[in-house]
Amino acid sequence: MTKTVIIDYGSGNLHSAAKAFERAAHDNKIKAQIIVSNRPEDLEKAERIVLPGVGAFKDCRNGLMAIDGMRAALQDQVIVKGKPFLGICVGMQLMATRGVEHEVTPGLGWIAGDVVPIEPADKNLKIPHMGWNTIRPEGQHALLDGILLGDEGLHAYFVHSYHLKPTLPEDLIATADYGGEVTAMAGYDNIVGTQFHPEKSQALGLALIANFLRWRP
Amino acid sequence: MLKMRLIPCLDVKDGRVVKGVNFVDLRDAGDPVECARAYDAAGADELCFLDITATHENRGLMFDVIKRTAEQCFMPLTVGGGVRKLEDIRNLLLAGADKVSINSAAVSDRAFVKAAAEKFGSQCIVVAIDAKETSPGKFEIFTHGGRKETGIDAVDFAKEVTSLGAGEILLTSMDRDGTGKGFNIALTRAIADAVSIPVIASGGVGTLDHLVEGIRDGHATAVLAASIFHFGTFKIGEAKAYMQAAGIPMRGVVQ
Repeated sequence: MTKTVIIDYGSGNLHSAAKAFERAAHDNKIKAQIIVSNRPEDLEKAERIVLPGVGAFKDCRNGLMAIDGMRAALQDQVIVKGKPFLGICVGMQLMATRGVEHEVTPGLGWIAGDVVPIEPADKNLKIPHMGWNTIRPEGQHALLDGILLGDEGLHAYFVHSYHLKPTLPEDLIATADYGGEVTAMAGYDNIVGTQFHPEKSQALGLALIANFLRWRP
Repeated sequence: MLKMRLIPCLDVKDGRVVKGVNFVDLRDAGDPVECARAYDAAGADELCFLDITATHENRGLMFDVIKRTAEQCFMPLTVGGGVRKLEDIRNLLLAGADKVSINSAAVSDRAFVKAAAEKFGSQCIVVAIDAKETSPGKFEIFTHGGRKETGIDAVDFAKEVTSLGAGEILLTSMDRDGTGKGFNIALTRAIADAVSIPVIASGGVGTLDHLVEGIRDGHATAVLAASIFHFGTFKIGEAKAYMQAAGIPMRGVVQ
């Protein structure tokens, strides 16, 4: 039984995210317990940690920091103890050094780089980057195992105006093309983030979540 | 490559689909959740629920519909209808909606759009604009299901809500809605070219060519339709394949 905690810090509905994790576990015969929690102590008991997030960078950061002890618990469980960690959308962006949306705000500092506006070369392209896009892996990653990727592959659902640009090229795991390269996944070792929403991405999303639940970095 | 989106819309009243969906294999064609599942399985890119429940007491039924849909369909869900307060948005998002569409309240109170985008993020705030062509090249906002004219220029309004933080515009050609004659392309293009955010074209779809026109000629990045899918005139997969064959990049079409 793998115990996964989805951190609830007041950023949107986590009920459907939890259901997607339960469905992915069920469909792939993974024994998993999915818990939505805002208690730092639950991170200690968890084997895996998920940080979702929708909205603005600063609001999300403030929401997370407002929970007494959460920052320290995250640092301890993810960075010191090395538990598998998945950040989704703004939950991924929060791993950056800082975000520049509205104003410069420090992030968790786990991935060197800034969260900056996406700037498609084609000015006719709409912002937010909203809808279904294919993704291109930059190398091998366990979370993408067995998923058909590339131009003819499965699609991921994106909705964002900013993205995390890692300073170190090796931290970039996958990209999407939207008038230029947009970060789709970033991370290293036991931490990974998706700019798209796996919980809204049907087949690709459920396969990625199942891979996360089996991941032993 | 980002694909264009095809979005079926369901009108829901008192927790039931208003115009029954004509799918052969549904146990209960009036259950919005069953319809949503069918559209999900058929490859719809997003779903839209329009709540037309009239009475306050019955509005709670919608939350249960959204909750059950979000538990079973892992795709984006937009909900609109009667959204007037920040609390309405919060309740819909907590029930499981990914985006909330604001219609009349955006016209009567622009500050509401700004407050909503600041509170919940632009990504979940859709402004629904109902417009008619009142004279050639002149487009005006109408409210109350197209009955009440406002004198507000639709293009100016679209630009304004964009600057206030709307993340998307759901544009309905009110002079075409329910006619099956296709979108008002001049209107759709005027709005889509004037704003930097995505525009969903809606209202008047009767043939698959109309869907193509909305994107190719109207410059929308998504098209929404109700009747042609509910009545089984066309299937989602059939529509997407048709659009793809017409040169529009679509998701999930087998080559």
